[in-house]
Amino acid sequence: MAAVLGGYALATALPAAIVAIMASGMGGMARSDAVLLAMSLSFVVYTGAVMWAFAARSARAAWLGLGLPALWAGLVAWMLL
Amino acid sequence: MKDHFRQSMAWLHTWLGLLFGWVLYFMFITGTAGYLDTEIDRWMRPELPAARYPLPQDAAIGQAQRYLQTHAADARRWSITLPIDRNEPWMRVSWQAARGMPPAASGNAYLDPVSGQRLETRDTAGGQTLYQMHWRLHYLPDAVSLWIVSIATLVLLIALVTGIVVHKKILADFFTFRPGKGQRSWLDAHNVASVVSLPFQLMITYSGLVFVMFSFMPLIATAWYGPGHAGQDAFLDEVFPPLVSAKATGRPATLVSLQQVHHDAQSRLGAKPIGALEITNPNDAHARVQVVGSFAAGPLRATDILAYDGVSGEWLSARRPWQSGPKAFRDSMLGLHEGMFAGPVLRALYVLSGLLGAAMIATGLVLWTVKRRQRVERGRGTPHLGLRGVERLNVAVVIGLPVAIGAYFWANRLLPVGMAHRAEWEVHALFAVWLLMFVFAAVRTPARAWREQTLLAAIVFASLPILNAMTTPQHLAHSLLAGDLAMAGFDLVALGVGAMFFGIAWAARRRQRQRAPW
Repeated sequence: MAAVLGGYALATALPAAIVAIMASGMGGMARSDAVLLAMSLSFVVYTGAVMWAFAARSARAAWLGLGLPALWAGLVAWMLL
Repeated sequence: MKDHFRQSMAWLHTWLGLLFGWVLYFMFITGTAGYLDTEIDRWMRPELPAARYPLPQDAAIGQAQRYLQTHAADARRWSITLPIDRNEPWMRVSWQAARGMPPAASGNAYLDPVSGQRLETRDTAGGQTLYQMHWRLHYLPDAVSLWIVSIATLVLLIALVTGIVVHKKILADFFTFRPGKGQRSWLDAHNVASVVSLPFQLMITYSGLVFVMFSFMPLIATAWYGPGHAGQDAFLDEVFPPLVSAKATGRPATLVSLQQVHHDAQSRLGAKPIGALEITNPNDAHARVQVVGSFAAGPLRATDILAYDGVSGEWLSARRPWQSGPKAFRDSMLGLHEGMFAGPVLRALYVLSGLLGAAMIATGLVLWTVKRRQRVERGRGTPHLGLRGVERLNVAVVIGLPVAIGAYFWANRLLPVGMAHRAEWEVHALFAVWLLMFVFAAVRTPARAWREQTLLAAIVFASLPILNAMTTPQHLAHSLLAGDLAMAGFDLVALGVGAMFFGIAWAARRRQRQRAPW
């Protein structure tokens, strides 16, 4: 199994967490709070991502399963921020 | 599908545990020792009087101000820490010299609150250094150790979750312990240690991540605040807004009586305890005084801070403990992790849980070797270098580290008091002995190494009270009679730890006699 997949989980963890926060950010949260909340959630996401990567049936599946949500989350975050 | 998932989680759990187990064990041992930092400090500074807290603060503050005015009138910052609980048992003052001054111009001292005299103690690394090694490791640049520690903590979280996933019969296995059955027994021990302390382990790991989250996930801040240091600084300024902004004017002015400021703060805070005073630009026209409450009043690691003008004594502003939901979440995570708010019973539980965490890791590491060793004995594999290496690393870390810490305490009593860099040499002693334990483990068979190192640990710890009695007047009988609980406690715990290691050594010897799979 590629440990590289675990490393790539990082890219997913960051945006995925941010996006979740952005939705509530629309309700007027102070940006320092938004960052704090996103950071706090990021570890849950990261853990899940690593577990997913190692449970995936193939390396390709792992990359797609992490990469696509990461891209999507990154786009959303970029658009909203 | 479910089987494949469980299999891959088991694989992940095993390999993460093996790769990071030793670092995590180090963190658990130094973390648990660090939780008892001021008690260890007290034993390593036998010259200090027994701690008495809380103390009447009025007179103490007057003495502190007098001392600082005499010895550090030109400093840029002063701080006075008042003894209110076991987290800071003695009154301590510190002063930070202006920028550009040599490091020797800054310093700190323990003061007698009644006489205002400095309490002279031996230069020691103390319990504080053990505590700091928990996240700074040692001999490594801070940036490197931060990354190692952060990644190790994340790995621990993943290991905990995968461990839960893999563990099918979590409730039934809770009550299962089958001794003397080799691999099965070690698995049972690993499960029991983990499951019993699971809520604590999850809390301590997650909160540990929250501690480092600013450095570990900086890109999240970047998303809102922009790239580079400017973005990070802007973020930190918003999370920790500075209460007082005061640049020194260079115009001298008399510092207000700190007792007066203290009285005003007390009237605003009511019954809440005051833990410290921080003075910026003392003896300058732009002097500022901040009165800080207690960080250990509750799990929320935040407190009231009142800011005053340092010349007129006029109250300027206040920051209350609660700022916002997310900040409070962070503060309570930190508070739970540090556990400073805990009373005696909860403290004991924290210590026990920390030790269970260490046991969880140690049993896991041993389990890995026992499983493969048994395979070898059944003729289904060869004892490759990896297995032999891990077997030796295990004993060198699991038992060798405690031996090294014991040596650290021995060094504190044996090194000459006037020696230069004495504190650093105490720490060198710790690592030198630890290195010896690695060499020891490399040249002996694992079975012998376990027995011998455990015996060594037992002797090193059990004889600490004797060493104490021989080198200081604060022996156990004296400290018990004087009510010096920290000193007596340390000696008693050392005896207990020694007894525990004797027990392990005896069990190891007995198992080897029975030739049970080890």
